[in-house]
Amino acid sequence: MAIRERLSGNEAVAYAIKQINPDVMPAFPITPSTEIPQYVATYIANGEIDTEFIPVESEHSSMSATIGASAAGARALTATSSCGLALMWEELYVAASNRFPIVLALVNRALSGPININADHSDSMGARDSGWIQIYAESNQEAYDNFLQSFRISEHKDVMLPVMICQDGFITSHGVENIELVEDELVKDFVGEYNPEHYLLNSKEPMAVGPYAVSNYYMESKRAQTEALKNAKKVILEVAEEFEKMTGRKYGFFEEYKLDDADYAIVIIGSAAGTCKAAVDDIRERTGKKVGILKIRVFRPFPEEEIAHALRNVKSVAILDRSEMFAATGGPLGAEVTAALYRAGQNKEVVNYLYGLGGRDITVTEFEDVYNELERMAETHEVRDNFKYIGLRE
Amino acid sequence: MENANKPYNFKEEMKAMDKKDRLAAGHRMCAGCGGAITVRSVLRSLHEEDKAVVGNATGCLEVSTFMYPYTSYKDSYIHNAFENAGATMSGVETAYNVLKKKGKINDTYKFITFGGDGGTYDIGFQSLSGAMERGHDFVYVCYDNGAYMNTGTQRSSATPKFADTTTTPAGKASSGKVQIRKDLAAIMAAHQIPYVGQTTFIGNFKDIYTKSEKAIYTPGPAFLNVLSPCPRGWGYDPSDMMKICKLAVDTCYWPMFEVVDGKWILSYEPKNKLPIEDFLKPQRRFKHLFKPGNEGLIEEFQRMVDEQWNNLLVKCNA
Repeated sequence: MAIRERLSGNEAVAYAIKQINPDVMPAFPITPSTEIPQYVATYIANGEIDTEFIPVESEHSSMSATIGASAAGARALTATSSCGLALMWEELYVAASNRFPIVLALVNRALSGPININADHSDSMGARDSGWIQIYAESNQEAYDNFLQSFRISEHKDVMLPVMICQDGFITSHGVENIELVEDELVKDFVGEYNPEHYLLNSKEPMAVGPYAVSNYYMESKRAQTEALKNAKKVILEVAEEFEKMTGRKYGFFEEYKLDDADYAIVIIGSAAGTCKAAVDDIRERTGKKVGILKIRVFRPFPEEEIAHALRNVKSVAILDRSEMFAATGGPLGAEVTAALYRAGQNKEVVNYLYGLGGRDITVTEFEDVYNELERMAETHEVRDNFKYIGLRE
Repeated sequence: MENANKPYNFKEEMKAMDKKDRLAAGHRMCAGCGGAITVRSVLRSLHEEDKAVVGNATGCLEVSTFMYPYTSYKDSYIHNAFENAGATMSGVETAYNVLKKKGKINDTYKFITFGGDGGTYDIGFQSLSGAMERGHDFVYVCYDNGAYMNTGTQRSSATPKFADTTTTPAGKASSGKVQIRKDLAAIMAAHQIPYVGQTTFIGNFKDIYTKSEKAIYTPGPAFLNVLSPCPRGWGYDPSDMMKICKLAVDTCYWPMFEVVDGKWILSYEPKNKLPIEDFLKPQRRFKHLFKPGNEGLIEEFQRMVDEQWNNLLVKCNA
């Protein structure tokens, strides 16, 4: 029987870590992800898990030690937020290019400055080119479920890439919600033992990690990473299918909420999708207008064709970004979804919004305004500004 | 301590010199490079039956010994980045402990990581300090050649005062590096780790051999600082390296000592302490000190060395 509980997002991920019982977890405190290593340290102190915790002196060292542990043959993970992820930047690339199946519990928080501890996606979006798989959650349940699936994806022999499991700071990480947990034994069977193919501590086969590779090898290694990301698409869906058989909860690259018959669609990532769903229900009930949502779960690898296919019948699309990319053209999700539609030959009105930076709230009314704007755009075939802001004081 | 305090028997240990090198010939380090000798010397003190994981900060050593697809190491090896050799080996050593606890591995492994002075005194300092404080059981070996040699002899905090480097060039308005070098061995000793050693290549390599063995086989963190001359950066004839090391020790520029469980022990006291000029003279990086009018700089150098040496004698109660 599944276990019904009430947990915060941080507790939910920590609980998943406890159930997985990984080998090594280096971590450094930072708001709002700090609770995750705190819970893990407590499980260790109470003798509930065998994991070795390394209380490192910085996030750079946290990812460095995670890499060392993973190279040695251990199942290794860490957790961080915001500036912590930024300090790991160099190491994110090292982890991905060395093909270490590390998992990182990321609690999304705005990057400095000004220093701000609240939710936005500038941290993980900044790391979008680092070669990591990125999976996002709307709720505590999704953060937990995604985490349970993470090592199955990262350790798959056709993938062997690090995975970032993202949830929104405070809104998800500290908000307590009802959650359905999977029984320990089922988790153990689902995740399985980690038996690395090559590792430093294999006495039969010494291994060298982290070479200097000049221009006659570098490019092929990058291409190999891309192939692994392509393979990851298949693996992510297979793992999700198996997870659904175990729990009844269905996951894919994204969730389509009332998108089947929709004329107007919002594309969004993370916790704000919940508020957007309330707006969709409200509009449909009140006006009968056909509005829907495409909520991205997997941002890396980017499911370009699948997204374009899901949006093929809508008249206009608003893509909502919770991070800037400072091209002065909008946000990263906006750029990539727009490109996906163009490549699929879809000629429709598209607008990109920036919202919720540094934890600014977004309301049901504001989502309703976006749907109104989408209707106007579709009718007039006029976009006006390609990107604009929600809830910004001018 | 496993074998850490056994007396050094020259004949017996020289048999150990016949041990197979764990750093293969054919690496791309320069002729007469001290760094490569440091690695060979330290790894030689590993007991043959023991496995090892060798770590490495980015630097000359890394780019010259693990150029894809060739590795010079007989043992497992990990290079991660410039500033994190300490943290990386923390992860490897912790993985070993947990996998051993879980019965997934049986062999005995030792962990040794190498960094140049740039990767150790400067950019990797925090990572090293953290790893030592946390008590991981590995040896961090700094092959100290007193500058960022891999990028072309830029000054580091290990560079001695007055050295001519590419970022502290001697010129009409400059006498080379302005600051004195950081005393890293003392800083490591202040971490209260069980073993710190400072050495270089002298005579039959007894000092570096015994210190390496102690460092490797003392449980807990250990730090070795090895003066590893760089012919290109220092400007001397590669065949003179052993002479340069001897002068470094006999002028007391590079004292050899160890700190065992907090106790400072002098390893070598020159019978006849030589003037610092003898060490400076053969090196291009100090050439400007010998221009007429710069005698005062050499006198200042001598005062620095004397002061540091006297401080060390006090610490060692010698």
